[in-house]
Amino acid sequence: MFRQYKAIAAAGVLGMNKRNGDYIMRYNPRRLYPLVDDKLLTKKLALQAGIAVPELYGVIETQHDIGDLARIVGQRTEFALKPAHGSGGDGIVVIAGRSGNRFRTVGGALLERDYLEHHMSNAINGQFSLGGVPDVVIVEYMVHFSPLFERISFQGVPDIRVIVFRGYPVMAMVRLPTRLSHGKANLHQGAVGAGVDIATGCTLGGVARGEVVTHHPDTLNPIEGLAIPDWDVILDISARCYEITGLGYIGVDIVLDRDLGPLVLELNARPGLAIQIANRQGLLRRLQMCDVHAAANGDPAQRIEFSKQHFRHPVGPLLPPAAVAIATAA
Amino acid sequence: MNNRHIYILAAVLTLAGLGIFFYKMQVLGFPVRSQAQAPVWNVEAAVSFLPGPAAVKVTLNIPSLTPGFVVLDENFVSRGFGLTTRDTALGREAQWAVREATGPQTVYYRALVYKDPSRIVEDTTPAFPEPPTLDAAAKIALDGLIADVRRQSADVATFTSELLRRLNSPASQDYIELFLTRGSTANDRAVLATTLLAGAQIPSRVAHGVLLRDQAGQVQPMPLLEVHDGLQWLYFDPISGAQGRPDDFLVWWRGQVPMVEVEGGATTTTELAVQRSVLDAMMVVEQRAEQRGSHAIDFSLFSLPITTQSVYGVLLLVPVGALAIMFLRNFIGVKTFGTFMPVLVALAFRETRLLWGVILFAVIVSLGLLIRAYLERLRLLLVPRLTIVLTVVVLLMAGISVFSQKLDIQSGLSIALFPMVIIAMTIERMSIVWEERGASEAIQEGVGSLVVAALAYLLMGINWLEHIVFVFPELLLVVVAVTLIAGRYTGYRLLELRRFKALATEPSAPG
Repeated sequence: MFRQYKAIAAAGVLGMNKRNGDYIMRYNPRRLYPLVDDKLLTKKLALQAGIAVPELYGVIETQHDIGDLARIVGQRTEFALKPAHGSGGDGIVVIAGRSGNRFRTVGGALLERDYLEHHMSNAINGQFSLGGVPDVVIVEYMVHFSPLFERISFQGVPDIRVIVFRGYPVMAMVRLPTRLSHGKANLHQGAVGAGVDIATGCTLGGVARGEVVTHHPDTLNPIEGLAIPDWDVILDISARCYEITGLGYIGVDIVLDRDLGPLVLELNARPGLAIQIANRQGLLRRLQMCDVHAAANGDPAQRIEFSKQHFRHPVGPLLPPAAVAIATAA
Repeated sequence: MNNRHIYILAAVLTLAGLGIFFYKMQVLGFPVRSQAQAPVWNVEAAVSFLPGPAAVKVTLNIPSLTPGFVVLDENFVSRGFGLTTRDTALGREAQWAVREATGPQTVYYRALVYKDPSRIVEDTTPAFPEPPTLDAAAKIALDGLIADVRRQSADVATFTSELLRRLNSPASQDYIELFLTRGSTANDRAVLATTLLAGAQIPSRVAHGVLLRDQAGQVQPMPLLEVHDGLQWLYFDPISGAQGRPDDFLVWWRGQVPMVEVEGGATTTTELAVQRSVLDAMMVVEQRAEQRGSHAIDFSLFSLPITTQSVYGVLLLVPVGALAIMFLRNFIGVKTFGTFMPVLVALAFRETRLLWGVILFAVIVSLGLLIRAYLERLRLLLVPRLTIVLTVVVLLMAGISVFSQKLDIQSGLSIALFPMVIIAMTIERMSIVWEERGASEAIQEGVGSLVVAALAYLLMGINWLEHIVFVFPELLLVVVAVTLIAGRYTGYRLLELRRFKALATEPSAPG
């Protein structure tokens, strides 16, 4: 057991305790959390900074507003409903079509109107929010995902997760929905995570349920070697999310829209650790390198340049502790 | 935060906690073992008599100054008698009185006595005794005897020993014979010795007491000669002359008076009985601290009313359970519903016992989930739905209690102590996880919670631990210190070793 511990430590894996104690608590001031926990607020901030997000159709704030859905949606047949404070993708319903009082989800299920209204009412009452606080429902543009990923995803919208540490994109992965995950890009539910090379934007191997996979379990196409288009744009908006939120350690969730290009879906102040498995590499070294160099580079473009240069797959061994200690003390 | 700050704080807390702990353990003698019991003695005097036609007054000498023993508790039992206790010149007495009584009567005096060798008799130094009034012949004999004995002794102790030796081996003694007509019981000898000692200007008195030995039936009081050497009281066996008080000798009363006097009654019999028993060591500590004037007890949990004490007995275990959960979550990586929900469930397990607790918990949560699934179809708003789930949980609990009462399963009744609100929330949370993350995740977390609760229960169920935190609540400071240090643990959790196994086996990338 102790050998296993040392092996993981040597691989520079970031553990939950260290993430919480040394990164989230140190770099993410609690007062800034609302900026990312409230998707509505995140959307506004991103728009102010000129970062593309899915278009907001309207907000359902009260039980009474639920009846306004028809007015908000208008003639559109495609839209997404999201609890503003939902976590981990909970409570999101994506509607891809409708006929009268029935709505068809992107997964193909038909929902009665009152089911949908009940769902929204649950969300408003805080069923999906942290701590059960009352919430609002965001009605927004349904992303048409880029055909690029069609071959390696099953229904749903694949999304790209970039970990941004002190403004530096340090690690990225793409999350591919599977039949098991019910079309959700959530690794907990069985979606495939595939590492992405920060320098090139090419996918690396994948992981599903903690197991290494080379092919998508449903479409059976190989996961590795896919070049993600607009990678530079993705890196640019990820890096700039540091400026708009001030949070030092965030996960930026981005989707690639067929027509609109990369859109920021949401930011996460407590990004998960599975990205390390998808990349088959620990985060610690990259975080340490940022700690050592962070002071020198201020501009997003410079930071991206640094990331591309240093975080080309694969990244070397851990820095000596002394170097990190000096840098973090400064 | 600065780690040194935390270490210093933890060290200070640990020192404070352990410091108080050791003081209470070593100096005040607080018991470390649970159910530590101290031997105590029940002594009882039963006075039976036939009352006369008029008012009856019974006077019983009772213990007051008891070297080597502490009287923890005493009580007086009688029917229809008025009772007064008062201090007398030589000790204390209890007086029962009644205007009219018919038939044989018995009054009891009972005392609970604890052996405490550190207790010495606090008594004032007596005045020099009056010389005894004797006739001329006796006076000459006494003077001769005293002169003889004084020649063969060095101090009060040896003087007394020598005197007693002569009294008890009178064969070749000229002066002694004159006095020996007064009887030869131990009591007579002791009384005689006090007379003779008074002639030598040595204060002395007779102490009557009982030997505290575990024996059935009646015990007889025996006398001991107490002699004051100017500094302290010395004890002598009036027959053998051996110096020292046997350490199981409880002084009951002093002086040449009988133990019991009954006015207005007849055929008095007095029976003394001694019985060894054990008492919670804590009670003994309490009494001793009281007599010592220490405030450690006044400001401890023992000063609370007994019902409040039992509440705190449980409450103080909660931090210990929380510590266990902290460990399981941050060091092992077990997932649970709600941070401290398992502690509350573990508290409920204390009543139901583990097996039944787990079964009942599983039954309630499963039934609750079924109800919840049904309610989901009715599309109720969140708060009303939670209200219904809570109500149903309460009804289920009541139902299970009634059902198990019919089946005569006692454990089913204790379900009433389950934290129903917590369970209702757990059901709600679990059903959401079930829906959003899948059944396996929900069951995993549910089982995780149950396992954690069971472990917390096992930990909190250790009697010794319950005793320790209640008697030494300052040890919770040590819990805080441990948690402080654990709060800065940024290493891996045990389950993460498995989670990231793939990363460990991967050879680290070249350069």
